[in-house]
Amino acid sequence: MDFSFSEEQTLLRNTIQSFIQDNYDFDKRQAIVKSEEGMKQENWKQFAELGLLGLPFSEEDGGLNFGSVETMIVAEEFGKGLVVEPYIQTVVTCGGFLRRANASIKEKYIPGVISGQDIWAFAYAEPQGRYNLNDLTTTATLDGDNYIINGYKSVVSGGPWANKFIVSVRTSGDQRDSDGVSVLIVDKNSEGLSIRDYPTVDGSRASELTLENVTISKDELIGEEGKGAELIELIVDETIAAICSEAIGAMKVLNDATVEYCKTRKQFGQPIGKFQVLQHRMVDMFMQYEQSVSMTYMVNLKLDEEYAERRKAASGAKVQIAKAAKFIGQSAVQLHGGMGMTDELNVGHYFKRLSMIENSYGNIDHHLKKYSSAE
Amino acid sequence: MDLAFTKEDENFRQEVKDFIDKNFPQKLKDIDKRTDLTREDMLSWHKVLYKKGWIAPQWPEEYGGTGWNITQRYIWDQECANMGTTPLIPFGLTMLGPVIIGFGNEDQKDWVLKGILSGNDWWCQGYSESGAGSDLASLRTKAEKVGDHYVVNGHKTWTTLAQFADWMFCLVRTKSDGKPQEGISFLLIDMKAEGIDVKPIITLDGGHEVNEVFLEDVKVPAENLVGEENMGWTIAKFLLGNERTGIAGVARSKKAIERLKDIASSEYMDGDNLINDSDFNSKIADLEVDLTALEYTELRTLAKESKGEGPGAESSILKIKGTEIQQRITELTMEAVGHYSNPYLTPAFERQGSNYLTIGPDYSHGVAQNYFNTRKTSIYGGSNEIQKNIIAKMVLGL
Amino acid sequence: MQLGFKDEDIKFRDEVRSFIKETFTEDMRKTLSLSKNGHAGKDLHVKWQKSLHQRGWMAPNWPEQYGGAGFTSTQKYIFESEMAREGAPRTIPFGLSMVAPVIMEFGSQEQKDKFLPDILESNVWWCQGYSEPGSGSDLASLQCKAENKGDHYLVNGTKIWTTMAQYADWIFCLVRTSKTEKPQQGISFLLIDMKSPGIEVRPLITIDNSPEPHQEVNQVFFEDVKVPIQNLIGEENKGWTYAKYLLEFERGTAYSPGLYRGIKNLKEIARDTSVGDGLTLLDDNDFLNKINECEIQIQAMEFVEHRIFSALSAGQRVGPESSILKTRGTEIGQYLQELAVEAIGYWSHPFVEDTFANVNEPSIGPEYAATITPEYYNGRKTTIYAGSNEIQRNIISKAVLGL
Ligand SMILES: Cc1cc2nc3c(=O)[nH]c(=O)nc-3n(C[C@H](O)[C@H](O)[C@H](O)COP(=O)(O)OP(=O)(O)OC[C@H]3O[C@@H](n4cnc5c(N)ncnc54)[C@H](O)[C@@H]3O)c2cc1C
Ligand SMILES: Cc1cc2nc3c(=O)[nH]c(=O)nc-3n(C[C@H](O)[C@H](O)[C@H](O)COP(=O)(O)OP(=O)(O)OC[C@H]3O[C@@H](n4cnc5c(N)ncnc54)[C@H](O)[C@@H]3O)c2cc1C
Ligand SMILES: Cc1cc2nc3c(=O)[nH]c(=O)nc-3n(C[C@H](O)[C@H](O)[C@H](O)COP(=O)(O)OP(=O)(O)OC[C@H]3O[C@@H](n4cnc5c(N)ncnc54)[C@H](O)[C@@H]3O)c2cc1C
Repeated sequence: MDFSFSEEQTLLRNTIQSFIQDNYDFDKRQAIVKSEEGMKQENWKQFAELGLLGLPFSEEDGGLNFGSVETMIVAEEFGKGLVVEPYIQTVVTCGGFLRRANASIKEKYIPGVISGQDIWAFAYAEPQGRYNLNDLTTTATLDGDNYIINGYKSVVSGGPWANKFIVSVRTSGDQRDSDGVSVLIVDKNSEGLSIRDYPTVDGSRASELTLENVTISKDELIGEEGKGAELIELIVDETIAAICSEAIGAMKVLNDATVEYCKTRKQFGQPIGKFQVLQHRMVDMFMQYEQSVSMTYMVNLKLDEEYAERRKAASGAKVQIAKAAKFIGQSAVQLHGGMGMTDELNVGHYFKRLSMIENSYGNIDHHLKKYSSAE
Repeated sequence: MDLAFTKEDENFRQEVKDFIDKNFPQKLKDIDKRTDLTREDMLSWHKVLYKKGWIAPQWPEEYGGTGWNITQRYIWDQECANMGTTPLIPFGLTMLGPVIIGFGNEDQKDWVLKGILSGNDWWCQGYSESGAGSDLASLRTKAEKVGDHYVVNGHKTWTTLAQFADWMFCLVRTKSDGKPQEGISFLLIDMKAEGIDVKPIITLDGGHEVNEVFLEDVKVPAENLVGEENMGWTIAKFLLGNERTGIAGVARSKKAIERLKDIASSEYMDGDNLINDSDFNSKIADLEVDLTALEYTELRTLAKESKGEGPGAESSILKIKGTEIQQRITELTMEAVGHYSNPYLTPAFERQGSNYLTIGPDYSHGVAQNYFNTRKTSIYGGSNEIQKNIIAKMVLGL
Repeated sequence: MQLGFKDEDIKFRDEVRSFIKETFTEDMRKTLSLSKNGHAGKDLHVKWQKSLHQRGWMAPNWPEQYGGAGFTSTQKYIFESEMAREGAPRTIPFGLSMVAPVIMEFGSQEQKDKFLPDILESNVWWCQGYSEPGSGSDLASLQCKAENKGDHYLVNGTKIWTTMAQYADWIFCLVRTSKTEKPQQGISFLLIDMKSPGIEVRPLITIDNSPEPHQEVNQVFFEDVKVPIQNLIGEENKGWTYAKYLLEFERGTAYSPGLYRGIKNLKEIARDTSVGDGLTLLDDNDFLNKINECEIQIQAMEFVEHRIFSALSAGQRVGPESSILKTRGTEIGQYLQELAVEAIGYWSHPFVEDTFANVNEPSIGPEYAATITPEYYNGRKTTIYAGSNEIQRNIISKAVLGL
């Protein structure tokens, strides 16, 4: 058992830290968020140059063959900078599907991810389905060599930037059956696909997708037809591990900022950090953070375990991170007083990102239920 | 970074399991964990471990430790908890032992350590006084040097299991001017010495666990001073640091959650087992998530420790979260047994006949008492408020 | 001790209800529902207040001689409850319930004549200039300076977090008129015309991102602003006493009716949200428990309020116990907002900057979703302002528990 990072991993962390330092101070980030596009292509190029876009892919596929710990490091540091570029969506989530696809899909698509040419988004949520990944009304029916897709996908994170989507669809069975779920690749330019783009409260972008008789080749199927549910759950768990990592990065910044502020802000002739209520609140924030770090390490180290173990790890981590995200975010604002309420200060922005992470891929109630049922 | 145990570790785990299985005293297995154990009961497991050479894993090998690495110690703790062994009395093993190893003279190392290892000497901790709790340094029990001995006068309280103790390690005041911390000494006192009077304090659960210890003109040989005179505070703080690690009690809490689940599987609600109730289940899951987080926080601390980065003030997290979780488990357990948390079966009541009447299911016995008793954990060992002060100061720099 | 209202009270309640029904139009409701911070533009508020005035109900808390509604304390409670229950616009408090009572108590006859009627008729919009960048919880440390130049004061300094200063015609300000050992003793209470030369108002955008002109707070800068000496309230250096009087006056708002409304809204959202198997979030045990638990807390609040109002109507003064109302009321309110965000799930993500401008575009997700997350963010203010909840707890521990 070992919780230390290798030299290589530390190097990776340093690389990203200096990227953030150079390209992602708060003002630069705000400029990116407020720009028309909402992300910066230049940054994406840099990710490619740094090799980050190839992190989890095998050497055979042209990648670096790194594991979840490296992904954790990247996501954590990105969390500290509140990076909006859709790294997790493209590399961790969609990359996760592509890595497990057949040889021809790998060959066709992975180079485009690694080179930075393509940005991907995962379209899974539907309005009626809440957090149930298998609750799908979007259907795909086989017609000769093609699938014809009809349906609607909501709040597709990073959608406006993507030129490729991975879409979960129902190819057979009832609306919520785990059998009959399939995973398809849909190009943004497909006929019948209409997209509505919009900003999200945490400074990112998302899309609503309407699919009307979208026709794609049956070669665009990932995995076996009808057997996609397990794969989706696995990849969502990997994504959860990554956003938990992002969250601990963001929490760390908020905690440090709050402690620093309370040491300097004076009221009643003394730094407000001298008031014991505030001290204990900050200690609670610190403990929530440490507990979250622990759960994040744990889930990242357990992604390859057998199902029940992984299920508990991912749901457990998500529960802890969601709780901590809420507590730390709210407390940071409170302890900053009026300043915490302003758009000008970075605190509110971290708070918002954390509060969106709370319900991404399922909220506390959802994951507590999954946790209890994973025996 | 990885979580895997090595092959040797796994072999070790098997060895430990087998040993406990074969050697844990049958009598302790049968005793309902809640009824008062006798002194001999408490010592029986200690003696078995002593014979095996496994009584003091946390001590250096040369003093009788096991020479296990951190992982092995972790495995040992885990398996003890899994197999429900009776916890060992910590006063000698985890508190005084390391102090003597660090600060004692050769003579003390000899007799004190031997007595602790063998279990022949039962130690108790004489720190707290009625006026000195969290503010321990304000203690007033006085020791005056008179020739070759000290004369001790004063009053200690909350002294756990002093009723069984042969010896007490004690903080006493040897100087009253200057900073209060600078006039404290660390004395070893024979409980059979003249002038010592132990009076029980009954806690809210009805148990007799703590005592008041009155000291009137008690003569203590000067050679029973540990370290130098007025250096007691340094020693005490060293000890408090030791007291905190391991207080997380993760493995035992896991076991307690298992028991809670068993209970919930036997209890009924609306015609179904409580364990199938979604509300109750969510509460358990919530608790398990917290406990898992704590487990990994502890592992991270251990990993640091094994690299020689001693447990910092972060270990206060282990105390705070560990005790909070213990308290929540007892709370939920009480919730699970429902009405049957109410009956109060004192030992006297239970002894009324060999076939005394059982009220409610067996597992409901002592559940409420346990809940009440466990309130202590956030008070002692440095109350949780004090722990937060420590983190605020030492970690956050506030 | 008794529960329930007398017949005449019931009659009054029905009158209030029918007033709301007639006056609080669909249009107004719609506009108000688009707000992220509870404010919906000057026009709407002024219009609403003018109709209240017409009905004689603008000022429930004022003495009748000044045009108060003449309500009994039960009627006040009913009035407030009904308004909150329907989610009617709040009367803007700065003139009506903050500066007016101070003017009535400490102002000159001239000041009363000049300012009170315009407040009652909503002709003049007031804002509150207390806080400064360096003085929030420790208000008495304020620095904004007013020098007495004979016939006028010369004001220099800055005020911050000034709610809706962008609409304001006047601001009441705490200013420093002398440097004393006890900072509280050198403060004066000035009324300042916002059109005076040397005043600049800069918007501050809060985390709910309500864009100009809908921003909630501002920073107000004063540079050599001349304020006629007649605009001083009471005596120079006695401002702190007046400010404290105001705080006292402010206390004792009823929170529960508005919170019940929050529960009602929440249930509607939950009923509207599907969770699979044809079930809605309102069928979800976990979520329902949270709503119920919250409702029980509101019930407890309600009865604390009843106890306080019955003490009030028996002529007793409300003490610092009302800090309980502020603390619990705001915290429950925040929890309700949290639950609303939780309820809408992924629909909490889309961001609409100007909710008022985009009315004609189809919404992303359900219509009500766009304001729910911003409202949650904006709601964080309630435990910070009007005496932060930490300060309220300090007050309770000092004044009630004697610590
Ligand atoms: C079951 C049990 C067994 C014990 N066994 C022993 C034993 O064997 N030997 C021994 O010496 N002692 C023992 N103790 C004593 C224990 O260490 C003390 O109870 C503890 O140090 C707290 O002291 P106190 O009880 O005087 O509480 P106080 O110090 O009076 O504390 C009262 C409350 O005030 C809080 N508080 C105090 N100071 C601060 C501060 N600065 N900031 C914020 N909050 C503060 C505390 O957290 C607590 O909540 C035992 C206690 C119990 C309950
Ligand atoms: C949306 C909004 C609208 C507002 N509108 C107005 C307005 O119209 N006019 C106006 O004058 N002001 C207004 N305010 C200002 C408001 O009253 C102040 O924000 C408030 O008094 C807190 O001051 P601060 O922001 O400087 O925080 P600080 O006083 O710096 O407080 C920071 C943190 O320290 C805590 N703290 C401070 N002192 C203590 C203590 N002794 N013990 C424990 N904790 C303590 C606080 O609770 C808070 O958590 C508004 C504020 C907001 C957010
Ligand atoms: C716009 C605005 C609106 C406000 N509305 C309200 C309101 O409605 N109700 C309300 O109660 N407050 C309100 N406040 C907060 C108000 O600022 C404080 O209550 C006031 O500043 C305290 O007055 P004081 O200095 O006389 O302190 P006190 O009345 O003596 O103490 C008040 C608080 O300050 C703390 N405190 C005082 N001195 C010290 C010290 N030396 N060290 C540490 N802590 C200290 C006390 O513990 C207590 O928490 C408002 C503030 C603003 C800016």
